[in-house]
Amino acid sequence: MAEHKTLATTGNSVVAEAMRQCKPNVMAAYPITPQTTIVEEFAGFVAKGRTDCEYVTVESEHSAMSACVGASAAGARVMTATSSQGLALMWEELHIAAGMRLPIVMANANRALSAPINIHCDHSDIMGARDTGWVTFFAETAQEAYDNTIMAVRIAEHPDVMLPVMSTLDGFITTHSIDRVDVLDDASVSGFVGEYRPKNPLLNTEAPALHGSFAGLGGPFFEFKRQQREAMESARTVIKQVGDEYAQISGRPFDVIDTWGMDDAETAIVVLGSTAGNARHVARELRAQGEKVGVVKVRVWRPFPYAELAAALKGVKAVAVLDRAESFGAEGGPLFLETRSALYDAEARVPVVGYIYGLGGADVRLELIERVYQDLSDIAAGGVAPGSLVYLGAREEA
Amino acid sequence: MPQLTEIRWHARAGQGAVTAAKVVAETALAADKYMQAMPEYGPERMGAPIKAFTRISTDPIEIHCNIEYPDIVIVLDDSLLDIVDIAEGVHDGGVILVNTCTPPDQVKTRLGVNDSVRVASVDASGIALDTIKRDIPNTPMVGALIKLTSVIDMDVFKGLLAKNLSKKFGQEMIDANWASVDRAFAEVTVA
Repeated sequence: MAEHKTLATTGNSVVAEAMRQCKPNVMAAYPITPQTTIVEEFAGFVAKGRTDCEYVTVESEHSAMSACVGASAAGARVMTATSSQGLALMWEELHIAAGMRLPIVMANANRALSAPINIHCDHSDIMGARDTGWVTFFAETAQEAYDNTIMAVRIAEHPDVMLPVMSTLDGFITTHSIDRVDVLDDASVSGFVGEYRPKNPLLNTEAPALHGSFAGLGGPFFEFKRQQREAMESARTVIKQVGDEYAQISGRPFDVIDTWGMDDAETAIVVLGSTAGNARHVARELRAQGEKVGVVKVRVWRPFPYAELAAALKGVKAVAVLDRAESFGAEGGPLFLETRSALYDAEARVPVVGYIYGLGGADVRLELIERVYQDLSDIAAGGVAPGSLVYLGAREEA
Repeated sequence: MPQLTEIRWHARAGQGAVTAAKVVAETALAADKYMQAMPEYGPERMGAPIKAFTRISTDPIEIHCNIEYPDIVIVLDDSLLDIVDIAEGVHDGGVILVNTCTPPDQVKTRLGVNDSVRVASVDASGIALDTIKRDIPNTPMVGALIKLTSVIDMDVFKGLLAKNLSKKFGQEMIDANWASVDRAFAEVTVA
């Protein structure tokens, strides 16, 4: 195991620290609540000479990602961070970064999208970027946000992947809370991520290369997309390899899903991000009372771990999926849809209940989690299932 | 069993509640405990009522929500007693510590909490004005907190306080802050 120090610090602060330790050549970023302190602290590292990085101040997130695309194509290791409306404004460049196979690493402070205006946590922003072709991680804690950011560099730059990676953490809940975090020493991190050796950098005048060119009708566009899919599939193996290697220096085991109590669980909650902790806390208390409950936390959202999730849920009598984002007009939120899809080939048909929770930062009180487990217990016992979708904790009249 | 202590801070923006919540968390970490400290974010206006939360535990903390049922409530501004239900959800046997000149029995009657809840008063603003020369009650309030509960250690707290202050101030300011902590520790009264 590598040297480490234990700090009382925030999620944003350790993401900035992880970025410094990964030594990007270029960062182009625009501040937005609740991501601001990431780019603020990183800019401080640049100003104080603690990292040798070209920090590009831009006038919008659209420009931020455009500058990242240019710098990455030029051959630089590139990082940025955003949130909410900022991620939404980047939307077209997100596709370009992935289509050009640029290993950009971006942190996202998960936050609601307007309207109404709201600066607090939900996953609407990230779900809007779901199909842009980025490998996407969710963090429960500041520790996971730190670890994911470092692993993201290795995954993005792996020759079998060459895709941008998003490392997300829940706005305010994880970005701004002070938590206990183990931070590795600089040498261990730089040794782990290594140096980026771009394959066809634009700045190599000895071997001129064309990036992002026209590939219209009859051109290779369709085949490019198949290659992107292959790269995303390859990422499944690479993520596990990198996770195993990282565990050796960090002492923290990594897998694409994290399970608690699932060996003999009769009911289970599937969840992304910080709420996994609330679910586990309640599950521990229910276990102490003899209830066979479990929790599955999905750590990697793209590529989605279908096989791992189906295996974890095998034998369960009822499943609740908690979504912190809407997909209006669909049967449930994005995680609900994936979970049902993962279970389609399962031998036994398992009732899956969708819950929308915590939109716009609505507090995820423990009693809400208790209510979900109670619903599951009723369903498992053959009682009547609640409606196909529950707005968990929403007031009848606001 | 894990020992989890949950503290809810009530203050007006600018009084240092978030800083105090952070220093208490750092003090807990220095004793190799697990901790969490977070403000309840909202529009940030000086003087607006705010809440902040601190959790301290012997084991990793997994909960990521606001504290509804605190073991300890700390109120940095007694004008909040009129406008915020500061006693909401407080546990039986819990502690409510208020920065006020009003004696604790009167505060207790006014709050209408049950007998098992300990209510404590300390004139942290007065102490801060005497020692630090500014109405920043957060530091002396921690001194009073240490007197009432064993959730953090006095020596570790004072050490961290000095370390944090030394980044911007000299020994004189450190001594003034230490004096404010000692006085609040000595002067806090309980009903």
